[in-house]
Amino acid sequence: MATMIDSLVTVPRNQRATVFAIEWERLAQPEARRLRELGFDEGVGVEVLHRARLGSGPIACRIGRMTVALRRTVAAAISVSAND
Amino acid sequence: MIHPPLVALVGNPNAGKSALFNALTGARQKVGNYPGVTVERHSGRLALDDGRPVELVDLPGAYSLDPASADERVTRDVVTGSGRYERRPDALVVVVDAANLDNHLRFALQLIALGLPVIVALNMVDLAERDGLTLDPAVLARELGVPVIPTVAVRKRGLDSLRAALTELVGGSAPAAAVSPEAQAPMPVLQRRARQIAQAAILAETPGRRWGMMLDSVALHPVFGPLLLLALLFVMFQAVFAWSEAPIGWIEDGFAALEAFVSGALPAGFLRSLITDGLIAGVGAVLVFLPQILILFLFILVLEASGYMVRAAFLMDRMMARVGLSGRAFIPLLSSFACAVPGIMATRTIDDERDRLTTILIAPLMTCSARLPVYTIIIGAFIPDRTVAGWIGLQGLVLLGLYVMGILGAFVAALALRRTVTKGASSGFMMEMPKYQWPQWRDVALGLWTRTLIFLKRAGTIIALTTVVLWALLSFPKPPEGSRVSPVDYSVAGRIAGGLEAVVRPIGFNRDIALALIPAMAAREVAVSAIGTVYAIDDPEGAGGQRALGDKLRGRWSLPTALAFLMWFVFAPQCISTIAVTRRETNGWKWPAFMVGYLFAAAYIMAGLTYWLAVAVGL
Repeated sequence: MATMIDSLVTVPRNQRATVFAIEWERLAQPEARRLRELGFDEGVGVEVLHRARLGSGPIACRIGRMTVALRRTVAAAISVSAND
Repeated sequence: MIHPPLVALVGNPNAGKSALFNALTGARQKVGNYPGVTVERHSGRLALDDGRPVELVDLPGAYSLDPASADERVTRDVVTGSGRYERRPDALVVVVDAANLDNHLRFALQLIALGLPVIVALNMVDLAERDGLTLDPAVLARELGVPVIPTVAVRKRGLDSLRAALTELVGGSAPAAAVSPEAQAPMPVLQRRARQIAQAAILAETPGRRWGMMLDSVALHPVFGPLLLLALLFVMFQAVFAWSEAPIGWIEDGFAALEAFVSGALPAGFLRSLITDGLIAGVGAVLVFLPQILILFLFILVLEASGYMVRAAFLMDRMMARVGLSGRAFIPLLSSFACAVPGIMATRTIDDERDRLTTILIAPLMTCSARLPVYTIIIGAFIPDRTVAGWIGLQGLVLLGLYVMGILGAFVAALALRRTVTKGASSGFMMEMPKYQWPQWRDVALGLWTRTLIFLKRAGTIIALTTVVLWALLSFPKPPEGSRVSPVDYSVAGRIAGGLEAVVRPIGFNRDIALALIPAMAAREVAVSAIGTVYAIDDPEGAGGQRALGDKLRGRWSLPTALAFLMWFVFAPQCISTIAVTRRETNGWKWPAFMVGYLFAAAYIMAGLTYWLAVAVGL
C-alpha cells in the first residue's frame, strides 16, 4: 500500500494525516521555533480544519488537542502522509 | 524588611493562569510594571493554611524558556533567577491545560528541571471532561515527580487542595539541583517525553467532534466566517450608539442640573463663570461619552474572553498581509476604535518588532471614541437630517464615511511605512486558537471598571485643567470699556490663535478653530468644549447647551470649513495620552515624534483637499 505524501497546503480538509517531514531550513528561525513550540514535529498527527480562502490566506489545523493558525508559506514546508 | 516567600504562576498562554491567579488572590492584587520593560506585573497576597503569607505573582504566558517576546523574556529571567526583574521565586505553580497536555507538559518539564519546588495545577479539568477526556492525576504526579492538583479556576474548584499543597511545599525541602535552560534536553526530545506522559495519564478518550470545532466550522468558514465577523462589528457599532442614548441623557441632565444649581448658588461674576462655563461645561462635555466608550469596551472584552478575537485575526490575516501586517494587528486596531491607548498597549502580543511598530504608528487613525464628540456636534450642525436612497440616514452615512476614511488612511499609511521606515520581510502569522469559553463576567466587569477609572481620571485632570486654562486665557485681559474689539480677540488666547490662524487659513479654518485646536492637543474631545467656551465668552447672553452651540456654528462656519474640520480630526494626532503611551512602548521620543509629524502632515493635506474640493463644487 503506497502512502500519499502531500503538503499541508494541499491535503484535503478533515483528512487525518501524520507529519512526514518538516523542512526546517526553509523557515525563518523564529518561525521554526514557534512551530516546534506549538507541537509540530515529525510523526505527529495533524488535520487541516479550515482554509481562509482558496489561493491564499492562512490555514487552521488541529495538532494534538490544539487548533493552530499558520500561513501557507509555513504550511508548504510541512509534508504529511494521509492516514486511512 | 523580610519579604514573604514568593510563589510564581507559570504556564503556556491559554492555560487559564490568570483565572487561577484571580481565584487565588481575589481582589487583593496589584498591577505594576517590571522595571525597564513594558510588561505588566500582576501580584497579590495569599494566606497559606498555617497563616503564613506568600506573595503570588502571575508571570506572562510562555511556550518555552527560549523567549520570543519581551513578555516571555521576563518569564524566563524570573524563573531562572537572573534577578533582573524579580527575586527568584521560592516555588512555582505550573499551570497546564488538562485538555492540552501534549503541549503544556513540555514547558512544565522544562520548568520542573529548573530545580525549584513545583506544584502542577491541572487546570480546566471540567472542559477536558466535556471533551471526553478522563485523566489520572496520580499517573501525572508519578511521571513528573511533583504534586499534581486538578483545578477549575473559574469555578474555584481545587483551590483548597492547591493551597494545602503550597503550605507543605513553601519553606519545606531544599531545592533540588538545578538544570540550567541551556543544559536541558532539546525541544523535540522534551516534546516526545511530554506526549508519552500525556498518553500515560489519559484513562479514557472518546473521540468525536468537540463543540468548539463545530463553532469554528462557522466562524472560520470561507464565506460565513467573514459575514459573521461583519455582522458582529455591525451590531457592535450599532449598540455603541443605540444603547448609549439613555445614559447620555442622564449624564447631560445631571450636569445641567449641577450647572443650574451652581448658577443659583453663586453670584454672577468671575467665579461663577469659571465654574459653570469652564469646569462643569468642560468636564460634562467629555463625560457624556463614557457610555459609548464602555459599550465598545464591553464588546471587545467579551470577544476577547470568549476566544473569538483570534478567529477574527485569522479571517483578517489575508487582508492585513496585503498592507504588510499580520492578522495579529487586527486585535490592537479594533481596540483602537475605543481608544488608541489600550490599542497600542495590546500590540505587545505582536512578536515582530517592525510589525508592532507599524501597528502602533497607524493605531491613532482608527476612529477612537474621543472623536465622536467632535463628529457628532459638527455633523448635527451641518449635515441635514434626511435620508438618501429611501432609508439611509445622511448623517449616519457621513459618520460611517469618517470611520472608513480612517481605515483607508491607516491602510495607505501601513503600505507606505512598510516600504520605508519599517521596511523588512513581512513576519508570519502563527497563532494558537484558544478554546471557546463563556466570558467570566467578573473579569469583564473588572476590565470595564479599570477603563472607567482611567477615563474619569482623564476627564477629571487633563480635560478639566485644559478647559480651565483655556477659559482663563480667553477671559484675560479684558478689553477696555467701550472697545470695539471682541473679548476673545483681545484675550491672550485670541492673540495666540491669531498667529496660528495664518497657518490654517489656507485649509479653510477660522480663528475659532485655531483657538480650539490648541487645547485639543491634550485630547480631541476638548475641541468641543473649547469652541463652546469661545462662544460663551464671546456672547455671554447666548443660550448654552449642545443645540445652541450647533446654531452658533452654523452662523459662523461655512459648510466646506465644517467638512475640512471633520477631515482634520480623522488624521490629526491630537491626544497627549496616545503620544505618551507611544513613547513608553517604543522606548524613546523618535517614534512618537515621527507619528505626530506624519499625522499632522496628513491632516493638513487631507483637510485642505476637502476644503478646496468642497469650495470648487460650490458647497
